[in-house]
Amino acid sequence: MLPEYGHFALILALLLATGLSTLPLYGVLSGHGGFQRSATALTWGMTFFLATAFTILVVCFLVDDFSVRIVVENSNSQLPWFYKFSATWGNHEGSMLMWVLMLGGWATAVSLFSGSLSQELKSAVLAVMGMISLAFLLFLLVTSNPFDRLLPIPPGDGGDLNPLLQDFGLIVHPPTLYMGYVGFSVAFAFAIAALITGRFDAGWSRWARPWTNMAWAFLTLGIALGSWWAYYELGWGGWWFWDPVENASFMPWLIGTALIHSQAVSEKRNLFKSWTLLLAILAFSFSLLGTFLVRSGVLTSVHAFATDPERGLFILVILLVTIGSSLLLYALRAGQIRLAGEYRLVSRESFLLFNNIILVVIAFMVLLGTLFPLVFDAFNWRKLSVGAPYFNAMFNFFMVFLLSLLGVGQVLRWKRHPLSDLRPLFKVGIPVALVMGLVLPPLITASFNWRVWLGLALVFWLLAGLVRMLLDRTRNASQPWRALRRAGGSFWGMWLAHLGVAVSVVGVVLVSNYDLARDFRMAPGDTVSMGDYQFRFDGMNIVDGPNYQSDQGVITVLRNDQPIAELHPEKRFYTVQRNTMTEAGIDAGLFRDLYASLAEPLDDEHQTWAVRLQVKPFVRWIWLGSILMAAGGVLALFDRRYRKASGGRS
Amino acid sequence: MNPKRKQRLILILLGTSGVAVAVLLVLFALGQNMNFFYSPSDIAQGDAPLDRDIRAGGMVKDGSVQRDSDSLRVSFVVTDFVSEVQVNYEGILPDLFREGDGVVAIGRLMENGQVEASEVLAKHDETYMPPEVTDALERAESASIY
Repeated sequence: MLPEYGHFALILALLLATGLSTLPLYGVLSGHGGFQRSATALTWGMTFFLATAFTILVVCFLVDDFSVRIVVENSNSQLPWFYKFSATWGNHEGSMLMWVLMLGGWATAVSLFSGSLSQELKSAVLAVMGMISLAFLLFLLVTSNPFDRLLPIPPGDGGDLNPLLQDFGLIVHPPTLYMGYVGFSVAFAFAIAALITGRFDAGWSRWARPWTNMAWAFLTLGIALGSWWAYYELGWGGWWFWDPVENASFMPWLIGTALIHSQAVSEKRNLFKSWTLLLAILAFSFSLLGTFLVRSGVLTSVHAFATDPERGLFILVILLVTIGSSLLLYALRAGQIRLAGEYRLVSRESFLLFNNIILVVIAFMVLLGTLFPLVFDAFNWRKLSVGAPYFNAMFNFFMVFLLSLLGVGQVLRWKRHPLSDLRPLFKVGIPVALVMGLVLPPLITASFNWRVWLGLALVFWLLAGLVRMLLDRTRNASQPWRALRRAGGSFWGMWLAHLGVAVSVVGVVLVSNYDLARDFRMAPGDTVSMGDYQFRFDGMNIVDGPNYQSDQGVITVLRNDQPIAELHPEKRFYTVQRNTMTEAGIDAGLFRDLYASLAEPLDDEHQTWAVRLQVKPFVRWIWLGSILMAAGGVLALFDRRYRKASGGRS
Repeated sequence: MNPKRKQRLILILLGTSGVAVAVLLVLFALGQNMNFFYSPSDIAQGDAPLDRDIRAGGMVKDGSVQRDSDSLRVSFVVTDFVSEVQVNYEGILPDLFREGDGVVAIGRLMENGQVEASEVLAKHDETYMPPEVTDALERAESASIY
């Protein structure tokens, strides 16, 4: 019976979403207060039934209800309970349900924490979110019902979860990423609501900003988690592949990054307003595009669970209707926005504009490389793929400009900044950056590499700017510490996020240029050396897991003849799906990871193996930097003026 | 021209020329890095270029995988059941690489008609087949009927 209740809850949610997308909007257009106020209750009702449906689906997975099709296809009675739990979203239907649930969650949050936001704007925002929910609920019920049954005779056991997905990463990565994706719907809804109601004052930006920051922080973490997961679970130590699915999450991130910066200008200076609206529309459009790319099966990837053209078409229609109607609305209304204020070439406004241009160009560069094969295929011309070198070359090229400008841009004042004031930064910062970039690499390894030099110089240039920001804050203060404390959440959020950029760049530059990776043929007792490390292969064990059997290697790593780590790479054989999976053995460290993976046995007794050994310097810094960026985004929410604004109602 | 307008003009010129240069670079890099897909039949007919990376795919022929005894060199034959091409590769094959299953090799076509692969992609679950390979097999099949 339980799955029927879930299905029923989904239908009720659909009805409430229909109400939410029409009634409050009618209230806004006719000025009827009662209809406007219905938005809150409808949002709560919709979210309640979405949560009910999702909970029921989770229960179906946990109790092994093999009458439900997706439970049969993605779970098994032997699967540990936490993987049964995460298997709920390890499939197309369940993950789309989670998508809509999160949309409901964000809408509910808006209804709760919107404080002194006018009823009119609030109703319009919730109505727009209701429309998106409606579209995706229809999608769920029509093409991807998670509660489809296999009746009257359900199978005795399930086909198990894809072993790649049986991992801690799958428990946390999709929810975090989705929170980010879906979170941009709030900024989008605010933009559409502003266009409908014609209210573009600075208050609008102040309202939308914390939501965008929050979504952006989630997306940052989600992407970092995905990268980390790929690093240790796909087994071969890569952390970014420019895979279309990674790109699908990276494009909204790039646009979202541009958006949080342009929102700053809109709020503080009442400028760039139409551009900010456009970016808000773009950011969510890219989120939808990402959902389409990942979920429609047009791409070849781990994430393409099913290839069903009907689903792809449905999401494509949602995508086109959303983008088309919002851009049309934008074209009709954006002309009414009045701009006020001026700024000079050397000013924070200009440099944020450069930031925006570069980020948007990068996003479209990624978009081109991602969609190009699809366009070719759609016209039946040729099958092709765009290689990673394209993305690497382009991304690095633009990042050099972005980081160079960031170093100075972050210290600039609004309106105009006297050039003479920047002289010390240039005089000290540039030489320091160039020298440090030159001095540091030899401390890590012996070889010189101009890319590392350039990358580290940019990092130190960025740090010089960060130091300068602190000096500016404390220069005229009698109590420097107090001045720093009073600088506020916005300042520290930005400072921390930019520090995160520096940290990530260090990781990317060093691991890309100085990592060591070699494949060896190893029998027990063999020792090979790589860099400063010796790897000794001690032998193989057989290990039994809950739903797999594993050949586990023991590799001792020595440095100066002292053992410093023991690696346990595994080759797992999953008995239900009859799949083999490589589990890497990793010794993680702040300055280097030691990484071993078993490729394949080279003899019949499974004693001699092809082994890939890797030393990856500073690889953790990539994710550490991402965490700092996300923390910066969240810290900015604690700025005094947001607290004052949301407490305004009482 | 007053200084304010002049500054704005500089800003606009900088912006547009920057974007124009960016677009040119992007298109150039894209042209350099497009890897077209060729089936064994395409390669046999001499359609595939020698001077750039290609994607070659089909089914791994049963019994064709040969491992070198003291290195990680491996070679196998990719077939679309009409033509065949030998692929050489040094390194570790993906977990789901198997004889009789679909595979895509990325690398250079040599003068001797063999592919030196720098990367080998296999499917990532039991039921999945790379769409390019499906397409190549269908094309080969329909070509062999006529």
